[in-house]
Amino acid sequence: MIAFHLDGRSGVAPYLQLIHQVRHALRLGLLHQGDQLPKVKDVAAGLAINPNTVLKAYRLLEHEGLVAARPGIGTFVTGTLDGGPLAAHGPLRRDLQRWLANARQAGLDDESIEALFASTFRSAAEEDIA
Amino acid sequence: MTAAIAAQGLGKRYRRTWALADCTLSVPAGHVVGVVGPNGAGKTTLLGLATGMLAPSAGTIEVLGGRPRSGRTQLARVGYLAQGAPVYSGLSVADHLRLGAHLNPGWDAGLARMRVSRLDLDLRQKAGTLSGGQRAQLALTLAVAKRPELLVLDEPVASLDPLARRDFLADLMESVAEQGLSVVLSSHLVGDLERACDYLVVLVASRVQVAGPVDDLLASHRLLSGPRRDPASLPGGVQVISASHTDVQSTLLVRTPGPILDPAWTVSEVSLEDLLLAHMRQATGRGRRNHLEVQR
Repeated sequence: MIAFHLDGRSGVAPYLQLIHQVRHALRLGLLHQGDQLPKVKDVAAGLAINPNTVLKAYRLLEHEGLVAARPGIGTFVTGTLDGGPLAAHGPLRRDLQRWLANARQAGLDDESIEALFASTFRSAAEEDIA
Repeated sequence: MTAAIAAQGLGKRYRRTWALADCTLSVPAGHVVGVVGPNGAGKTTLLGLATGMLAPSAGTIEVLGGRPRSGRTQLARVGYLAQGAPVYSGLSVADHLRLGAHLNPGWDAGLARMRVSRLDLDLRQKAGTLSGGQRAQLALTLAVAKRPELLVLDEPVASLDPLARRDFLADLMESVAEQGLSVVLSSHLVGDLERACDYLVVLVASRVQVAGPVDDLLASHRLLSGPRRDPASLPGGVQVISASHTDVQSTLLVRTPGPILDPAWTVSEVSLEDLLLAHMRQATGRGRRNHLEVQR
């Protein structure tokens, strides 16, 4: 069973934070098909948050086909989210490490590297859409 | 679905001062509604009108489809926890439960006992010797065991330390989940509002400044920053809540019906705190003063 947390300062609506955490746990393999999500009542009491917020998050996850509610029992994981085969991560990580070494040699500091990655990522995503 | 609170042109006047004026609201049932605003904005007055302790000077209010001052049936449907969670300091915890059972036709003795034992309250202890957190929990127990459809709480956690506050809210949220209660609570602690409430009513200077589901409020407000320009150049439908300018830059907090597509603006999401502060500032016309306490 996973445990939720909330970042009060992020400006991200609490229901979205819960959704992100479920998706993240699915990607990392912390949640598998058949696993139960924490009960609405327990999340509400544990985080002192509105149960409607939890229900909304679970409903949207259900809409995405990732979980299913069994009335009176709980909400269970039914879908998977693949972050690609884990085998592919190794070589990609090595490419990235090489790229990071190059970037440092070129004199970029941490902030510039992050900014460059983020802007390249965004523009690539936009090209995909177009 | 019946509204938890429906008000039409509602107002309350004390001598020549309007504590609440021209309040038109429809808050759906099934929500935890936060009534928020600076001190003296009319929060307690609105709650007093909803519970029937005050009679309106103007307009009408319906609570769960009934008039607040219409009699016993209506009284039984609404639970109320006054500011500071008052209890009878000379009476024991057990006395309080007996009192609750006598005064409330729908009293749930099992629920009351279960809550008292879960909270580790000693039945023989006098309420006056309980800690602030325990007193608030006892008062909440009485209000919840009455089995109301709507629970009205006036500043329920303002006087509690952070730990007691979190415990109280966790407990309240559990009751909401278990009993499907509607809740209306007033508070000026943004962190608590953000977690506990899914609907907000912002009162400023006796008037409703903005009201709606929290998610909709967060989704419709954006912070824009970019090269200095006239806010009037924004597309129609975009409402500027606050604006500040330097000689080269403009920063705007706006309410917008759709995404801001103009690439000149850097668009970011707004925290609930910034959103509330901007609305309060706009309504009072007061400068940079904090009307909200930030406690987390």
